[in-house]
Amino acid sequence: MVGPRLPAMLKDAGLTTLVAAALGIFIVGFRTVDVGSRTGLGFDYEFADLGVALVVIFVGRFGLSLASIGLRWPAIALGAVMAAVGASPLELPSGFLHWFVVLGGVLLAIRAAWPWANQAFATAVATPGGRALDRLAAKWIGVLMLGFALVLPALPFADQKTMDLGVLILTYVMLGWGLNIVVGLAGLLDLGYVAFYAVGAYAYALLSTQHGLGFWAVLPLAGMFAATFGVLLGFPVLRLRGDYLAIVTLGFGEIIRLVILNWVDFTNGPAGIGSIPGPTLFGAVFAETAPAGKQTVAEMLGIPFDSNQRLIFLYYIILVLALVTNLFTQRMRALPVGRAWEALREDETACKALGINPTNTKLTAFAIGAMFAGFAGSFFAAKQRFISPESFTFIESAIILAIVVLGGMGSQIGVVLAAILLIGLPEWFRDLGNYRMLAFGLAMVLIMVFRPRGLIAHREPSIRLHPVASGGSG
Amino acid sequence: MAYFTQQLINAITLGAIYGLIAIGYTMVYGIIGMINFAHGEVFMIGAFISLIGFMICNLLGIGSAPVAIVLVLLIAMAFSSVYGWAVERTAYRPLRGSFRLAPLISAIGVSIALQNYVQLVQGARPKPGGQVVSGGFTLFSADGFDVRVSWLQIIIVVVTLVLMAGFTWLIARTSLGRQQRACEQDMRMAALLGVDVDRTISLTFVLGAALAAVAGMLFLLYYGVIDFFIGFLAGIKAFTAAVLGGIGSLPGAMLGGLLIGLIEVFWAGYFSSEYKDVAVFAILVLVLIFRPTGLLGKPEIEKV
Repeated sequence: MVGPRLPAMLKDAGLTTLVAAALGIFIVGFRTVDVGSRTGLGFDYEFADLGVALVVIFVGRFGLSLASIGLRWPAIALGAVMAAVGASPLELPSGFLHWFVVLGGVLLAIRAAWPWANQAFATAVATPGGRALDRLAAKWIGVLMLGFALVLPALPFADQKTMDLGVLILTYVMLGWGLNIVVGLAGLLDLGYVAFYAVGAYAYALLSTQHGLGFWAVLPLAGMFAATFGVLLGFPVLRLRGDYLAIVTLGFGEIIRLVILNWVDFTNGPAGIGSIPGPTLFGAVFAETAPAGKQTVAEMLGIPFDSNQRLIFLYYIILVLALVTNLFTQRMRALPVGRAWEALREDETACKALGINPTNTKLTAFAIGAMFAGFAGSFFAAKQRFISPESFTFIESAIILAIVVLGGMGSQIGVVLAAILLIGLPEWFRDLGNYRMLAFGLAMVLIMVFRPRGLIAHREPSIRLHPVASGGSG
Repeated sequence: MAYFTQQLINAITLGAIYGLIAIGYTMVYGIIGMINFAHGEVFMIGAFISLIGFMICNLLGIGSAPVAIVLVLLIAMAFSSVYGWAVERTAYRPLRGSFRLAPLISAIGVSIALQNYVQLVQGARPKPGGQVVSGGFTLFSADGFDVRVSWLQIIIVVVTLVLMAGFTWLIARTSLGRQQRACEQDMRMAALLGVDVDRTISLTFVLGAALAAVAGMLFLLYYGVIDFFIGFLAGIKAFTAAVLGGIGSLPGAMLGGLLIGLIEVFWAGYFSSEYKDVAVFAILVLVLIFRPTGLLGKPEIEKV
C-alpha cells in the first residue's frame, strides 16, 4: 500500500522541510546578540537547533501523510518514537528542542488517532444511553460549574494562589460574556473591547482617588461611562461592514490607550494610578486597621482578621458580576431586541427588509457589551489597586476575543471553558513565559482551521418558526 | 518655509515606506476580500532578515554599500515571500469558504504567533544596525535653517518609485496581472476559464510579502533600529493608508501611504509628537465614516 506512494510522500515531506528551512535559516539560524561595545551586534549560530527542528518537521510531515492514507498505527508509532526521543536524556542543543520534539510526536499521534476518537464519540452519543447522557450533561454542566464556583472558597485546596486564579478567570469569563453579546449574538467583530474596560477602570480609579467615591457608587457610573463611549463610537461606525468595523474598533482602542498614556495631567500617564481603595462591605474596609472614622470588616462581624477575607470577598463580587452579565444576556435573548441581534448576525439585508433598524439594534448590543466591560474594568481597578495603560493593550482585546471564539461564538458555557483553558492553564504553567503567547497565537489559527465554530458550536437560533424534525438541527 | 520643506522631504520618505506595505494589504483585500492582519509582521520579519543580511555582508567583507543593499534587498524579498506564502497556505487557504470573520481571526493569531516567534528566537531588545549609507547634501538654506536631503532618503524614494512602476507594469501588462484582475472580479468564473485561482492567490501573497520586505529593509536603513514589535504599528498605519486611498486600488495605496506620511510628520512637526499616532488612527476612523470607499476606491455593491 505504501510502496507506490512512498516517493510522493517523501517528496512532500522534503518540500515541507525545504520551506521550513527557508523560513528558519536567517531568523532562527542567526541569533543576533549584543556584544561588548555600545552599538555592536554579533551572531550566535543556532544551526544545530535548526537542523534538529527540520528533522522533526520532516518526520512529522511524513507521519501525517501516513495517517492520511489510512496507516494510522505506523503514524502513531512514529509519534510515540518522537516523543520518546524528545523525553530521553539524549543530548540536544537546547532545552526547548526537547519540548519541540515531544510536542511534535504527541501532536502527530493525536492527529493520527483523531478520526477514531471522533468516530467512537459519535457512536457513543448515538446509543440511547449516550444520547440521554449527552442531554443530561448539556443541561446540568452549567449548574455543576456554578455550584463548584460557589463553594470554591470553602474547599480545602483554595489557598491564596487558587483564589487569585479564580478571580482572574472569572474576570475573563465576565469580559468574555460581555463581548459575546457583541461578537457572538450581534455578529460584530470588536477588536477594541479593552478600551471600554480601560474606561471603566480609569473611571473608578479617578473618581475614588480624587473625589473619594466608593466602589459601589462608582460601579454603575463606570458602566454608564463605558456605555456612553460605546454609543459615541458606535453611532458613526456601526453601518460599516464586518472587517472594516473590526479595524475601526481596533483604532479606537489604540486611541483610548494613547490618550491615557499621553494625557499626563488627567491620568498620570505611563506611571499609572496607585493606592486605589478596594471595595467595602456596608462601609467597612478590608484591612488590619481601619482608617479614621471607619471600621474593618473583621471588627464589624466580630471575627479575627485574615488577609484572605479580602480575596474571598473580591471573588464573590466578580462571581456575582459575571452571573449578572450572563443572566442579563439570557433574558435579552428572549426580548425582541435580542432576537433582532441574532437575526442581524445571520442576514442583515433581510432584517432591513423586515423593518429592523440595523444601526439602532447594533448600537444597543455595542453599548450593553461596553457597559459590562466598564463594570469589569472598575472591578479590575479595585482589585489591583494600581492601574496603568500597560494593562489595556491590543493583546488584551485579542485574548478576550480568543476566549469568545474558542468557546464557540454565542455559547455561554463555551466562554467559561475557554477562559479556564486560555487563562487558567497558562497561569499554572507560568514557566512557559514567552512560549505562552506563541502557543496562544498558534491555537487561534488551529481552532479556526479545524474547529471554526469553537469548542461548543452553538449557532442554534433562540427561536424557530418551524420546529425541525428531531436530529436535523443545524 | 525651510522648516516646511524639510518636513515635506521627511514625510515623502516615510510615506514611501507606508505605501510599499499598503500595497500588500490592498492587493490581498482586492482578491480575496480579507484583511491580512499578519502583513505587518511580514514587514517586521523582512526588517530582521535585512539586519541579519547586512551583518553577514559585513562578515564577508562586502564593503561597497550599493552591492550590499542590492544583495540584502534580494535576500530579504526572497525569504520574506516564503513567509507570505506559508502563512497563506497554512492559515488562510483552509478557511476559504468558512464564515466571514474566520480568516481575520486566524490572521490575528498568525500575527501574535509571528511576533512572539521572533521575540523568542531573536530576543526582545531593540536591534541597532543597517548603518550602511550616510551623508547627504544641503538643498538650500533659509532663515538660518539648512534643508538637508540625505542620500538615504533619495535611495528610499527611488527604490519605491522603481518598484511601484515595475509593479504597475506587472498588474497591467503581464499574464499574472491579468489573472489577478480576473480573480478579483469573479473568482469562480476565472477558475472556469482556466485560471489557477490557488496559484494566483498564493502569488499575490508572495508579491505583497516581497514589497513588505523591501519596506522592512528601508525602515531599517532609515531608523537604524528595529525590534519585534515594529510590525504592529507600521501594519496598522499602512492599512490606514490602504483604506484612505481606497482599498483594492493600487494607485490608491501609494497615494494613501504618502498622505499618511504627510499627516504623521506634519502633526509631529507642528503639533505634538505624542499624539501623532492618535492623528493617524483618527484619520482612519474619519475616512471610514465619511468615505468608506477611500479616495480612489470604487463603491462596493452589496449582493444578496
